[in-house]
Amino acid sequence: MALMFSLFMQGIQMMLVLLVAPLLVGVVRKVRARILLRRGPSILQPYRDLWRLLRKETVVARNASWLFRVAPYLIFAAVWVAAALVPVFATGLEFNWTADLLAIVALLGTARFATALAAMDIGTSFGGLGASREMMVASLAEPAMLMIVFTISLLAGTTQLSEIANFVASQPIGLRISLGFAFTALLIVALAENARIPVDNPSTHLELTMIHEAMVLEYSGRHLALIEAASATKLLLYMSLIISLFLPYGIATNEAPLSLQLFGMLVWLAKLGIGAVLLAIGETVVSKMRLFRVAEFLGAALVMGLLSMIFLFVFKGI
Amino acid sequence: MTTFALILILVVPVIGMALLALIANYRIGSTLNVLLSATAFAGACLLFWAPMQAGRFFLIDSFNIYLVALNSFVGLTTSIFSATYIAHELEKGTLTPKSLRFYHALYQAMMTFMGLALLTNNLGLMWVGIEIATLSTVVMVGIYRTPQAIEAAWKYFILGSVGIALAFFGTILLYLTAESVLGEGVPAMTLSNLQSNAAQFDPALLSLAFVFLLVGYGTKVGLAPLHAWLPDAHAEGPTPISAVLSGLLLNVALYAVLRIKMIMAGNPDTIPAGLAMMIMGLTSLIFAAVMLYRRRDIKRLFAYSSIEHMGIITFAFGMGGPLANFAGLLHMTMHSLTKSGIFFAVGHIVQAKGTQKMSGITGLAKSHPSLAWALGIGVLAIAGVPPFGVFTSEFLVVTTTFARQPVLAMILALGIIVAFGALLMHLQKLLFGEPGGESHKVKASALPMFIHFALVLLAGLWLPPILVEWFKQVAEVLG
Amino acid sequence: METSIDISHFLAGAVLALSFVLLYQARLFALFNAFAMQSIALAMAVGWQAYSQGASHLYITAALALVMKGMLIPGALRWVVVKMGIHRQIDPVVSVNLTLLLGVFLVILSIMVVFPVAKMEGGIAREDLAFALSIILLGMLMMITRRNAIGQVIGFMSLENGLILAATGAKGMPLVVEISVAFSVLIAFFVFGVFIFRIREHFDTIDVDALSEMRGDAE
Repeated sequence: MALMFSLFMQGIQMMLVLLVAPLLVGVVRKVRARILLRRGPSILQPYRDLWRLLRKETVVARNASWLFRVAPYLIFAAVWVAAALVPVFATGLEFNWTADLLAIVALLGTARFATALAAMDIGTSFGGLGASREMMVASLAEPAMLMIVFTISLLAGTTQLSEIANFVASQPIGLRISLGFAFTALLIVALAENARIPVDNPSTHLELTMIHEAMVLEYSGRHLALIEAASATKLLLYMSLIISLFLPYGIATNEAPLSLQLFGMLVWLAKLGIGAVLLAIGETVVSKMRLFRVAEFLGAALVMGLLSMIFLFVFKGI
Repeated sequence: MTTFALILILVVPVIGMALLALIANYRIGSTLNVLLSATAFAGACLLFWAPMQAGRFFLIDSFNIYLVALNSFVGLTTSIFSATYIAHELEKGTLTPKSLRFYHALYQAMMTFMGLALLTNNLGLMWVGIEIATLSTVVMVGIYRTPQAIEAAWKYFILGSVGIALAFFGTILLYLTAESVLGEGVPAMTLSNLQSNAAQFDPALLSLAFVFLLVGYGTKVGLAPLHAWLPDAHAEGPTPISAVLSGLLLNVALYAVLRIKMIMAGNPDTIPAGLAMMIMGLTSLIFAAVMLYRRRDIKRLFAYSSIEHMGIITFAFGMGGPLANFAGLLHMTMHSLTKSGIFFAVGHIVQAKGTQKMSGITGLAKSHPSLAWALGIGVLAIAGVPPFGVFTSEFLVVTTTFARQPVLAMILALGIIVAFGALLMHLQKLLFGEPGGESHKVKASALPMFIHFALVLLAGLWLPPILVEWFKQVAEVLG
Repeated sequence: METSIDISHFLAGAVLALSFVLLYQARLFALFNAFAMQSIALAMAVGWQAYSQGASHLYITAALALVMKGMLIPGALRWVVVKMGIHRQIDPVVSVNLTLLLGVFLVILSIMVVFPVAKMEGGIAREDLAFALSIILLGMLMMITRRNAIGQVIGFMSLENGLILAATGAKGMPLVVEISVAFSVLIAFFVFGVFIFRIREHFDTIDVDALSEMRGDAE
């Protein structure tokens, strides 16, 4: 029975992340538009977009190989699984034992790899350009991410996300400078990974600066829908990750009754909402940086990750 | 008595400083400057009869009495030189009456705060003294406002601040070391307390503090890897300032290092403080000796010579022991007197020839025989030719080293000889040959220069027994 | 007690983090803002020390840091830049990423220097010392990697921030020192200001590089 319940909750989470992700994107867009004194599209617009794309004809370039066709499914699957692993409202779910930070990083890495390969598959100049830029970003963002992972696992003594969330939620950790560094670094990495504003602009197709959009330029129809869904899910994933690592308060711990799990869900949704508003504000205030500054920006994340690890390692709990 | 002397050295110049900043007439200003320096010198002489004591704020022992006396003496002669020299700058228009007011006030500020650094018993106050003295020289170095002068002052300021920051960090570390033994507050900052309780301090922390203080104050001494400011600052500032920089400020910084070394000596488990000083000293000596050859600017030449001699002095003190300390003290005195004398002579020459470039200064023996004599005597003295005092002290340093560290003594002797060759080579070019370039009449007073050289000569021929006794006593204190 | 140490570490760490922000900035105004933030963080750190040590005189130091370095000096610098029409972009000698990496090494270095040596009970001063030394070294790094005179000024002042942090972390260090530090900052600024204006008198740029012309020596 307990197993069934657990499996059921796990299933709920898998569906939930998929369902909430477009909404999150919609909210971010809406808030941004509101700040700029525009009305903006409805927060349900991303759903409509996805629906429309799914029904449309899928055009594939003549010289595209099987890789090009497979990649969207792969990307979507990898991101979805990763998102399902992050404990969003409860830590005692059935698949939580696989919810390893390293596994999540690896899944996201796979998705990125597939995107870059598919981008180069067609042989257009934009694809190659986007892929090389993406790899430049990745070469800095991934080590930074690993530094953060190390710091947090050193602190909690495990790389299991659910256990980390449990640890942070139950232990009085206090103000720790290394956590501050790790938090800032994770924010930067998250912005870069999701192609958000100081690094990339998700809503333009300007060839001078675009990174992510350049890679998926050739996709259309249901392929594009999958990729869009994947990137929305990725945004949700990163936001949930930040929440569960640094602000897991309110999350339902192991073996919690249904009511608490529901409460955890509401708290999570509220946090996501706040996160969306903050992101929108940040994206309006900050301007997109020049491409060569991106390397410096991510370098800063790497440095902060390093520092946070050093401090944690040396000061044993500062 | 002590209080009176301290007022003369530390308080009167501060009042004078305010006056100097207000007096528009530069003649009155420079006269007042001389008078104030004379008062400070009188105060320093009074200290010889004062009882040695370590109070809450002031420390008076044979070591700093001697340095204060030397300082204020050179300060006095330099002020006399400056009074006559600076008039010329005003005529040439390189300085304005307004900047002269500034100059005189800063001169007194520098002298006062050097006095404070020497006489205080508080580590923090010592730091403040050296810091403010340095800052006032920075402004004076940049007073000509030429691009080169500004660059020199900037460089001096940046490097000096870095040095002073490290020294301050060292001071904090030293306080932390002492705090756990002596308790919080002023006692843990008092030099005499630190020295008498050094045995109980944590050796590792004490060593770390020493490293920071050595590097920090070592920058001010002009020791080799940290010397970059020194040639620029000497070359681009007014010549009287070059004289006091070389003759005094370097000594004061070295004094601070030595005070810390005395604390270190009280704790057997620390890193060998002397060794670090010996290494830095030797490096400076060799480096500066080599650098002497390719100089083209006469003031830079003697600036490098200052680095060389500070190297020798630091080396001697680093080796320690009564004899080496004695030699170091003597060399410190001789170098101060000779080098400031040389800078007086250089000031004359620069006025006579209108340039600092050595290529423009040739054949002095024909065009300005008296200046040629003065420079010749000065350079021979600083190069270590008998019968001048520098020879005596260098000889002492080398022989003591031979007795204890023959290998190092070889390096030391080599460095001295290399420097000797460089100085003679340049001297030959400066004095002989056909006089070239401009030729003006010199107005500055030659008296301070000859007083200095006469004293150096006298010390080389006959050291007064009372001075020997005094130095022996100081050498004992230094350990 | 535990939280008190936590807070003091956090604030000291924030000052250090802002040192890295200073290293990262490439625009003068952003640099001034970062410096102001660092000084405010410093003021908070010092204020916390004052509170937790019960040393009321430290509040003066905190207030000085807040008012002078947190507000007046950045404002004045901004005024100077606007008034003199100085180029607002700083071109560092070394690339930003390399600088940051060097900064990390300096932090490691200072931890390695201070930690084995300082074995103090309570361990308060030890971490603070390591932080302070890092800030000092980072200030130096900034002075080295910025050729621009104003960049060097900021580097120097952030270095002084580290000194103040160290001085206030040392329990019961006499007031004399704090006043002198504040005093020296004033003088430093005065001198710097004088120089900046003089540099302006002669050149169209405030870039120290422009000063490096052939001097008296062949070197």
